[in-house]
Amino acid sequence: MNRKTLTCAVAVLALAACSRSDPSLNQIGPRPDLPAQNQTLLPPMNIATPAGWNGETPTAPAGFVVTPLATDLKVPRQMLVLPNGDVLVAEGAGGADAPKVRPKDVIAGLIKARGKTKVKGGNRITLLRDADADGRAEMRTVLVEGLNAPYGLAYVDGSLYVANQDSLVRFPFQPGQTRITAPAEEVTRLPSAINHHWTKSLTASADGSKLYVGVGSNSNIGERGLDVEQDRAVVWEIDRTTGAHRTFASGVRNPTALAIEPTTGVVWAVANERDELGPQLVPDYLTSLRDGGFYGWPYSYWGQNADPRVHPQRPDMVAKAIAPDYALGSHVAALGLGFAADGGFGGAFAQGAFVGQHGSWNRQDFAGYKVVWVPFANGRPNGAPVDFVTGFLKDGHARGRPVGVAFDARSRVLLVADDLSNTVWRVTPAR
Amino acid sequence: MLATHGGARSWAYPIHAILLAFPIALFTAGLVTDIAYVKTAHVQWTNFSSWLIAGALVFGGIVGAWAIVDLVLGWRGAWRRRAAAYVIVLAVMWILGLVNAFHHTHDGWSSVGAAGVILSVLTALLALIAGWIAHSAATAREIVR
Repeated sequence: MNRKTLTCAVAVLALAACSRSDPSLNQIGPRPDLPAQNQTLLPPMNIATPAGWNGETPTAPAGFVVTPLATDLKVPRQMLVLPNGDVLVAEGAGGADAPKVRPKDVIAGLIKARGKTKVKGGNRITLLRDADADGRAEMRTVLVEGLNAPYGLAYVDGSLYVANQDSLVRFPFQPGQTRITAPAEEVTRLPSAINHHWTKSLTASADGSKLYVGVGSNSNIGERGLDVEQDRAVVWEIDRTTGAHRTFASGVRNPTALAIEPTTGVVWAVANERDELGPQLVPDYLTSLRDGGFYGWPYSYWGQNADPRVHPQRPDMVAKAIAPDYALGSHVAALGLGFAADGGFGGAFAQGAFVGQHGSWNRQDFAGYKVVWVPFANGRPNGAPVDFVTGFLKDGHARGRPVGVAFDARSRVLLVADDLSNTVWRVTPAR
Repeated sequence: MLATHGGARSWAYPIHAILLAFPIALFTAGLVTDIAYVKTAHVQWTNFSSWLIAGALVFGGIVGAWAIVDLVLGWRGAWRRRAAAYVIVLAVMWILGLVNAFHHTHDGWSSVGAAGVILSVLTALLALIAGWIAHSAATAREIVR
């Protein structure tokens, strides 16, 4: 009788909250099995409380070694590898202004906080340099500080772009530089009222002329009213020079990471889908974004599966909804996306995407808490994912939680930001 | 039950009556805001319901605990039967209120619905019945005295 069983037993007594996952359902790939909706009186919740690494590291496939590139960061989230090999790490935690409008918000916030770091977000970008390639950054500087929950990063032609939780800003910057003293120049404001899903993901188009910013929804499923969802659950396309924007894709509940597929130049996103419809609804996903595409939120999920919690229902919008390309599993909380460019690690890991999965709360059986490899062929997912970096969970506790992932084609390194142990992990073939 | 121990606890009656006023008012108000939400689909009404139900549970819990203590320490005979009925009404009200509080944690349109309105009607009715028992009993004692 472990603790999980006990939790579940208590929950059953407390009005039958336990809804079990069915392991026979395949929730990964282009056509996931979607069970019936199951809105239990209490949502199934299971938080992996933190435990230390104690000198151990995450696990990578045979032939790879994992080292901590840097530790004691302040909530590292997304990363950017510069052309010279320096690694930029955005550190911050936002969303603090989202008001708690129901008793539930207060209680759920306290429960979810048990699975997070106690460290306060750094609101800064740290630069890491491992010039001798020994797996540890011998040089570490605060590149720029005083930011507002920075998340997405992009470098284009002498400019570093940073997506704060409320604005997209630009700094004049040349790779090699270790400190930015120039003031931030605002490219455009970003939607930030309430900011329930505060992370602003960012990537630059293949030609560098456009920037794409992901803006998450202001609620799980419209429970703060649809008025506050204006310009939310969208991906903006922003002109890099003028700051003018247009909505590129919509109905994407929380586009937590954006990246350009290197062989086709197409924009891809990982997105977190809605909660509280059961442990196996709704799968988070990896998808290419179609210009003008509507991906369902809040009215429907995975194409045309209507969500009964939205009122009034909008069959006209449901009819327009596009199903995403590739399911990653329900509640895995995909937060990182990095494509393997220029042949990746070779062999089975030559063409595809690494996906960082922060890990679940809305199901009894943990899901995510790992980095998976999704193989691609001809610019599209091709086959089942492979667990690439694991070991974040041990004995029911979380030693780390993966967020951003970045592949450095120059030195054949995969970087994984871990915002629980406040570490950047470096995965590389053993030499 | 209210002021079962007579003159020795003269302060008890008003305090108990004040505490009991909360579930009566809050569960009833929660029913009104539930109906407003179902009529308008404006989320602030269901948010109100959630807080009203939570407040009713806090004060209803205190009143219920008091009533149980009174029952255990209480009088015999007809008074005891009445006190037992009072406890049962409060207990059922509180349990249904708790279920309703959980039901109202659902997001959006699922937070109320037929089940939410029915639970709100039942809890409001039970709160009113509890008030009726409590106050009519107290009045009866005054007359006897």
